[in-house]
Order: sequence, then C-alpha cells, then structure tokens
Amino acid sequence: MKNKKVSLNSNTILLLITIVLFIVLYGMGCIMYGNKGFTHLQTFLNILITNAGLICIACGMTCVMLTAGIDISVGGLVAMDCMMIAVGLNKGIPAPLMVGLVILTGIIFGLVQGFFVGYLEIQPFIVSMAGMFFTRGMTAVISTDQVSVTEKSSPLYYAWANYKIKLPFGGYMNNKGKEVLPYIRINVVIALIVLVVIFFMLRHTKFGRSLYAVGGSEQSAAMMGLNVKSVKMKAYVLSSFLCSIGGICFSLNTMSGSVQQALGLEMDAISSAVIGGTLLTGGVGNVIGSFFGVLINGTISSIVKTNGKLASSWPNILTAGLLFMFIVIQSVFAAIRSKKTR
Amino acid sequence: MKTSKKYLSFIVVMMLILSGCSAPGQALHVQTSPEDSGEVLPEDLQETESKNKVTVGFSQVGAESDWRNINTDSMKTSLSGEGYDLIYDDGQQKQANQITAIRTFIQKEVDYIVLAPVIEDGWNTVLTEAKDAGIPVILVDRMVSDDDTDLFTCWVGSDFELEGKKVCQWLSDFCDANSISGNEINIINIKGTEGASAERGRTRALRMAVARHGWNLLDERSGEFTQAKGREVMTGFLGRFDNINVVYCENDNEAFGAIDAIEAAGKKVGSDIKNGEIMVLAFDGTSDQAVEAVRSGKISCIGECNPLHGPRVEKIIRNLQQGIVPDKYQYVDEGIFSAVESVKEVTVDEETYSVKLP
Repeated sequence: MKNKKVSLNSNTILLLITIVLFIVLYGMGCIMYGNKGFTHLQTFLNILITNAGLICIACGMTCVMLTAGIDISVGGLVAMDCMMIAVGLNKGIPAPLMVGLVILTGIIFGLVQGFFVGYLEIQPFIVSMAGMFFTRGMTAVISTDQVSVTEKSSPLYYAWANYKIKLPFGGYMNNKGKEVLPYIRINVVIALIVLVVIFFMLRHTKFGRSLYAVGGSEQSAAMMGLNVKSVKMKAYVLSSFLCSIGGICFSLNTMSGSVQQALGLEMDAISSAVIGGTLLTGGVGNVIGSFFGVLINGTISSIVKTNGKLASSWPNILTAGLLFMFIVIQSVFAAIRSKKTR
Repeated sequence: MKTSKKYLSFIVVMMLILSGCSAPGQALHVQTSPEDSGEVLPEDLQETESKNKVTVGFSQVGAESDWRNINTDSMKTSLSGEGYDLIYDDGQQKQANQITAIRTFIQKEVDYIVLAPVIEDGWNTVLTEAKDAGIPVILVDRMVSDDDTDLFTCWVGSDFELEGKKVCQWLSDFCDANSISGNEINIINIKGTEGASAERGRTRALRMAVARHGWNLLDERSGEFTQAKGREVMTGFLGRFDNINVVYCENDNEAFGAIDAIEAAGKKVGSDIKNGEIMVLAFDGTSDQAVEAVRSGKISCIGECNPLHGPRVEKIIRNLQQGIVPDKYQYVDEGIFSAVESVKEVTVDEETYSVKLP
C-alpha cells in the first residue's frame, strides 16, 4: 500500500515537472518573441493544429509503453493512412467510408502486431520494426506519386479539412488591417476527445489499470489473474487504432499522401511520451503527460521557427537535451523506489 | 526514507524556482493578450525598427542537392540586404514542417511569404490562411496544384519544357551540321523522379522533338535524379539495346551515373556518334563536376537550370511594395552549355540562345 503511494507521488511530480516546463518554455517564448506575435492565442492553437495527429499517436504510444512495450510502426502507418485516404478519395470512395476503412485497417494491423507481441512473445521492437517496413512498403505499393486530396476528389473531406472552428475571443487586427479570429480545426477536436477518453480509460477502467499492472510486473499481474497476453495484444490494437485516428488528423492537416510522409513521427511520439513522464520500463506514465510532451516539442519548434535565424536542427538538439534531463530525473525516481522496496 | 525526502524537496525547490521564472512570462502573456496587441509597446524598440523593414518568411524544401544549396544562398543574399529582414526555415523535406513554418510566418505577421514547396499538393488549407491574413505568397521553383492558383501572387522558376526544347533543338542542329539523319538517332531517356515538374517538362519536350525529327526513342525509365539509379538504369539499357547513340538524362547526377555505366561497359562517351561514341545530354549544370564534364566533352550538352532565384524574387517584392502587380508566372533566364563546336546557337520559339562554354 505504501509502495503504491510513493509511486503515485513520483508520477504526479514527473507530470508536474512536465507541465511547469511547458509553461516556462511558453512563457520564455512570450517574453522573447512577444513582438513577433507569439503572445497571440493563435500561436498556441497552431501548435495544437499542427500536432493533433501526434497527440492521438502519443496517447497510443503511452498505452503501449505502459506495458513496457514500444510501437515504432506508427510513422509508417500514418503514411499509409494518408496515402489510402488520398488515393481512395480520388477514386471516388466516399469520405466517411474511407475513414472507416482506415480505422479498420489500423485495428487489423494492431491485431497482427499484438498477436506477435502478446501470444508469440516476440520483442515489441522487432515486431513493430517489421510493421514499420511493411507499412512504408505498402504506402509505396499503393502509389509512389504524391497524391493530393482536392475539392474535386472529395468535397466532403475537403470541407472537413478547411472547416475553421472560430473562437469568439482573442481576435486581433494584423498589420495588414485584417481581423484574425483565433480558430481550431476539426483535427484538434478529435485529438482532444481522444485524449480525454484515453485519460479516463486508463484511470477508471479495468483494462486501463491492467495496462499499468502488466507493465509494473508481468509476473505479479499474471498471479493476480490477469490475462497478460491478451492485455498486451489489446495495447497494440489500441495503439494502432489511435494511430489511425492520428493518421486521419494528420491527413486533414497535410491533405496529401506521399511515401515520405510522417518520416520519424514514431520518434516524436516516443520522445513526447518520455518527456511526459512515461517510463520505457513500463508501469509509469499518463496521457496528460504525453499531451504536454507533445506541446513542449511543439513549443520548441515554434520558438525556433519564430526566431527565424536558428537552424532548423535546433529543435532536435533541444529535444535531445530535454530527453536527457527527463531520463536523469526518472532514474532518480527509480533509485528512490528501489530503496523503498528494499 | 530520509534520502528520498531530500530528493523530493530538491525537486520541489527546483520547481519553485522554475515556476518563479515563469511568472513574468505569464504576466506578459496577460498584458499583451490579443485584444490590446495592436498597440506598440514602449519597450518594443524592435517592433518599430522592423516596421521600416520588409519582413520575408522563406520556407525552403531542404538541402538535398547542390542546386538547392545554391538556390538557398541566392535567396539569402538577395533578401538579407538593406531594408529586408529574412526569416529562413528549412523544411527538411517534410511538407508538415513547411505547413508549420507558414503558420509561424502568419503569426509573426511577415509582409511576404516565399515558399519552395516540397510537393505540389496539399497546400490549400494553409495558403488560404495566408490569404485570409492578407499576406502575399510567392512560390519559387516548384508549383502547387492547379486548384490553388488563386492562392499565390506569383511564381518564379524554371521553364523545364523550354530547357528540354533547347537541348532537343541543339541535338537536331548538331545532326544537321554533321549530316546525320533523324532516323539514325537511337535515343533513350533516363527520366527524373516521376511526377516532378522538372521530369514532366523535360520529358514532354523530348517526346515532341522525337515526333518532329523522326528520332527513335528506344525506351524511357526513371533514374530518380540520382547518380546510383542513373547508373543502374543505364546498365540495364546497355544490356538490352546495342544501338544506343544518345542518352537524354534529366539531370546532371543521372548523367554521371550513365557515364559510369557506359565506360564500365567498355564504350566511349562523346559527340562522335558516327564512330560509335554515345552522346550524353543533361540538365542543371550547377556543380563543378558538371562543368568539368562539359569541358572534357563527356557530356555533350547541358540545358541550364538556373538556381539563382533570389534577385528575381527581390525585384517582385520591390514592385509589390510599390503596388505594381507582377506577372503571375516568371521564368528565370537560362542558357545552354556545350563544348561541341558545330552548334553555335539554338533557336527555340523564335528566341535565340547562344551555346556557351560553362
């Protein structure tokens, strides 16, 4: 009982550090680039719009990482989703059907990966690496061209992508004398719904808690009567399912499919989860943390882009620094915990 | 227990310090919240200073080739002079990065956006945002898809079809000068990355010339603009056809690969096709290696693809500042390079281009 309490505390503290770090970074951006429009609400909303897909994917990644697994197939799956959507819509398949098809593909893909990891007990890294190659390859099989979704190919999907949900506050006049009202796009709404649902699922459902249990210790989870294999498999299905939703969000932002799409997105998702306090060793983590991890990555990139003089490799270097910092903090907590148990 | 408490208190202290740092940021956030950001803050000296300067946001594809690097440098030099404030963003070959960059430019209220799109598609949403914010967009090098033509002010780039026409005209003139009839020309085409604007234009020009001059186009395959792939494709062609005398490569790198393959097969490259040499034609002509290949005669003719877009873009911006509406499509000046003496100039579409040594 006591043990549980400590781990809960360290979880909350890790989460708090992430949130504080985000506020600090964003505050720094506001101080440094207040005159370059950083303080506009839209700056923050743009981070959400751009990273909506990543938020969904990071939620899925967190669930997998909770079971001490990893899923590096997500970037490829997003590329495949975008390509499927672009090609499918151009072939005249209705947008809602296409969305359903993409999600179904994601679930089937997740079932296969999950079966290999859960029931055949193959290393998740290897399984999802194979998944990554498969999805990247399939993307090229569908088409090696750059395919775009236009108004002609699907008016409905086009309308979804271009639909602005205008916020009634925080508007401003820009230097061209045009009024710019802050807005979000549909993909942000989807991402936030996913975030809330997964948050409650992890907290309040049996499946959510069994993810923590399996990641904390497979043996004790099995002794408690949990079906470890099935839990693991479901984690991968969930990850691929959320990744497909993320792929749709991503597609709504880029409106095109190409083999090069979402290259390295899996690493962005993993780093967001780690910065958000999810341990690669499993059992510890939280989607709210991962959400802030995504926001931190987005803020760094936004600051570097706003600066405009820094090389675009700086976000990578800063993310590396942050990752390093979080790994150190996490190992400190791990040290505390092992002392406790002893 | 004690040690863990120490750790925890250390972290709590750190957090307090961090949150202390964040407080002014928060305060500023509130102070300059969107409603009153229209006013110039007294401490914002930079703001007033940048008022006189024209700010330009430039989103480049990446740094994948020599051509691209020269293109980037040209833009940077032209737009970093007096009166300009250039914000450069390297898209690292990712469209998503470029979309983010354009949103950042809009947020920074730049005066102009210059975009070299990594792919032609998927720009509608973000370019509409730029249009709504009243920021003119100038495209360089590559085009965006046809549906989005009202979303940009103008485009600066190369006329790839014209480049192709020039090289084909050169070949035709060369045949005339050396009394080679059209049906003796057995040509193969190593295409660029399929669907790229450069590939489309240059291929179209070749096909038209083939039809007009009665050349034999043996086959076409993509070398994806790379040396390795160019070599592979050429090796395949040499195995299948023994009568190839002209290779039409859609960029320099493919030509280098083709030359490797031809020499490895024990054949000679050069313009003396009557005596069994294989003539190599190419495009771009920006790298030192390409210049050297033309001078030594390994590449018989190169259609120049000029990467120096900077001065043209600068001029367009200067005009726009004065309210002059520029032409929608603007082609950069491009020449044709060759060390072969028999052709001095080529005439395409009633325009004459002198053949120069690079």
